[in-house]
Amino acid sequence: MNIAVCVKQIPDPATPYDLDDDNHWVVRPNDQVLDDTDRVGVEVGLQLAEATEGTVTLVSMSPSGSLQGIRQALAMGADKAVIIDDDTLKGSDALTTARILSAAIDREEFDVVVAGGESTDGYTGVVPQMMSEMLDVPCLSFARKVDVDDGIVTIERQTASGYEVVTSKLPALLAVTAGIVEPRYPTFKGIMQAKSKPVETLTASDLGVEPDVGQRVTEVADVASREAGDIVEDDGEAYLKIVELLEQTKVI
Amino acid sequence: MPNYTPPVRDITFTLDTIADVESIVALPDFEHVDLDTIDGMLSEAARFFSEVFAPTNEVGDEKGAALENGGVVTPDEFKPVWQKLVDAGWTAVTGSPEYGGHGFPRTLGLAVSEMMTSANLAFSLNPMLTGSGIALLTRHGSDELRDQYLAKLISSEWTGTMVLTESEAGSDVGALRAKAVLNPDGSYSISGTKIFVTWGDHDLTDNIIHLVLARTPDAPAGTRGISLFVVPKFLLTEDGAPSKRNSVETVSIEHKLGIHASPTCVLAFDDATGYIVGEENKGMRYMFTMMNQARLEVGLEGLSVAERAYQHAAEYAKDRVQGRAAGSDELSPIIDHPDVRRMLMTMKASTEAMRALLYDAVAAEDRHLSAQDELERIAAGDRLALLTPIAKAWCTDRGVEIASIGVQVLGGMGFVEEAGAAQFYRDARITPIYEGTNGIQALDLVMRKLPMGDGAVITAYLSEIESLDGPLADGGDALAGVREHLGAALRTVRDATSWLAASNDPQARMAGATPYLEMLGTLAGGYYLARQALAAQSEADSDSWMAAKVATAHFYAVNLLPKVHGLAPSVTAGSEHLFAIEDTNLG
Ligand SMILES: Cc1cc2nc3c(=O)[nH]c(=O)nc-3n(C[C@H](O)[C@H](O)[C@H](O)COP(=O)(O)OP(=O)(O)OC[C@H]3O[C@@H](n4cnc5c(N)ncnc54)[C@H](O)[C@@H]3O)c2cc1C
Repeated sequence: MNIAVCVKQIPDPATPYDLDDDNHWVVRPNDQVLDDTDRVGVEVGLQLAEATEGTVTLVSMSPSGSLQGIRQALAMGADKAVIIDDDTLKGSDALTTARILSAAIDREEFDVVVAGGESTDGYTGVVPQMMSEMLDVPCLSFARKVDVDDGIVTIERQTASGYEVVTSKLPALLAVTAGIVEPRYPTFKGIMQAKSKPVETLTASDLGVEPDVGQRVTEVADVASREAGDIVEDDGEAYLKIVELLEQTKVI
Repeated sequence: MPNYTPPVRDITFTLDTIADVESIVALPDFEHVDLDTIDGMLSEAARFFSEVFAPTNEVGDEKGAALENGGVVTPDEFKPVWQKLVDAGWTAVTGSPEYGGHGFPRTLGLAVSEMMTSANLAFSLNPMLTGSGIALLTRHGSDELRDQYLAKLISSEWTGTMVLTESEAGSDVGALRAKAVLNPDGSYSISGTKIFVTWGDHDLTDNIIHLVLARTPDAPAGTRGISLFVVPKFLLTEDGAPSKRNSVETVSIEHKLGIHASPTCVLAFDDATGYIVGEENKGMRYMFTMMNQARLEVGLEGLSVAERAYQHAAEYAKDRVQGRAAGSDELSPIIDHPDVRRMLMTMKASTEAMRALLYDAVAAEDRHLSAQDELERIAAGDRLALLTPIAKAWCTDRGVEIASIGVQVLGGMGFVEEAGAAQFYRDARITPIYEGTNGIQALDLVMRKLPMGDGAVITAYLSEIESLDGPLADGGDALAGVREHLGAALRTVRDATSWLAASNDPQARMAGATPYLEMLGTLAGGYYLARQALAAQSEADSDSWMAAKVATAHFYAVNLLPKVHGLAPSVTAGSEHLFAIEDTNLG
């Protein structure tokens, strides 16, 4: 089975990063790491590949930089990577991202495309759905358990009240949620091998896509700081006040 | 439980500026190591040890190892983590590729060990001792022994121990009495009771390979009559699988101040089958391969526990609000109080100094084993010999001190187990004791290492420190304080070194050994931080992390380096005053 996994390199969340003063885009350092939530997608892809003797191809749109994040995913066991690194794609919105990724995926026959629910630095959360439209395959979102058997994929779809069982023919696109599998830690061997796995770098024009970034970030504001809480002094009856407050906020 | 964030940036910086890892990786022995993969390796190791290994630290301390039905049982949480460690291959980093290892330099192995040890000191002792055993068998074992044991030890499917100590033979290993009698088939029958065997038994693997010192019947007395044997817990079948139980019994395990998860065993050998390593009576020499490596690793424990205590204390000091700092009209986090600040800076500066010293020593080991040029190999071996006792003793003494300061930063909560600082302190306390007490290290430094090459080795090291004066002078005002204090400390240490070299009273030199080791360690720490400050200076304006490196060197130079002057009189005081009081008046 041919599995494509969409992954994103993002600035290390452990170290603060800057926004460009003019266009408000994230200033991307040379060393970017694999978005933690994408480890789930890679793990799902690897498990499917192991069960079917398939291959996992990573697909990523970002400045390549040191490729650290991509190597992290390759170290987990993915076979190869395709990167779309193109200055004209800077500041891409979700639609452009979906067009680019779909075009890259569409170059090869694939059976399953795996994507995360949303990225940790952008949070648009719509790219998988857009891609499924462009690739003309069903989108199975909020997948928390995935099985493939005889050309049919079955997932448990997380809902607010429980889960639904959804099946689909292949090819299909899966948008996975965190917590469905425990992503593996790369082995030392895997880390060493990652260096020599094939990484293909493409531009938008290689894919025949005309970038058309329709989005502009006009303003960025700090999150309002939290207001100081109310302090209830305990005079023996404080619990009544607390119940009252909780009722006011409709918590109880 | 306190979190652990591996200090990958300082590790990388130290690998670059002190160990010069680039030149090590360039050696032919390490042709297969790609400089570009090092960052990836360190960041993945950091993730693994902080996310998988570190969470076992507290529970290991609480539950500890237990002896049940003659076998040691580890806390339940340890088994899956051990399996993940083995699967990931983090214990095979430096092992020989011939036996499934990755053949990486020891320098990079130490970087991985640092994170493992910080994450869980007690647990890390198992792979640590196994690693020392691997080094020993790789260098001194026969082809047969290597083929039988190395692959499984390198993969950590089996673990190794180091079995020297007996009740009457601790610091004086030469006094040991365990005996070894040659059997007709070439194996030996080993008998005797050994104590304090770290990870001497456990339930994590299906075999344990003991490396045991014992004496053949007509061996000469003392260390010249000691031989070394491989004694597996389970004897191997023809095709190398563990089968029959060897007669090694775990009699008891110790209840200890710290490292509760590490079983410290009394082992009884009763005509156990053992296989000799190398030749009879040369066991001490072989064991030194193991001990030298283990000494650096124990020094590393000082660093690792200090790093953990430092992170924990800094975190606490940012949150804990108490009193008002001068000039503040609000209540202040304690990190704003100068005295707390001093504690944290001492922790930071000492920890980074330790890291540099250890990584320099281990880099010397790599060069000693792998440099192309014979003279470079010899010089590196001498440097390693000089630095080993300092790395072991100075770093473990600092480890205890820093863990103690960590308790102090937390105030009352530091003394309360729940907060976690107390465990670091308890765990740290063993490190100055085992692997040759720090007193023995000081003797090794003063009585054996200083006289090496008629004083040429220490002289070369001190000259190297002196040669930093020029670059520091070029560093301008920012490094003027570092230069001044480093120069002054160097003069004091030189005087003390000359005094020791000139003294022909061994008793007096032994009396001054421990303060001398502390002086030299303190000077070395200042030297390494000064080198790092020079390397960081050009980026200090644009990068606060680099600016902190320069400021840390300055803090160390002004606050810690001057301690060498206070130590000088006790180095040269002689021994008479130590014996001025009759034994009856002591105690
Ligand atoms: C938790 C733990 C784990 C251990 N693990 C191992 C292990 O895996 N394998 C193993 O073989 N051993 C192990 N040991 C033993 C350890 O290495 C010894 O305890 C140590 O070497 C000191 O020996 P000792 O306890 O007999 O103390 P002693 O030798 O009795 O020393 C007592 C004091 O006297 C000092 N002293 C002794 N002789 C001299 C001298 N000549 N000059 C100056 N001062 C001297 C010492 O520095 C020390 O302060 C372990 C010990 C502990 C507690």
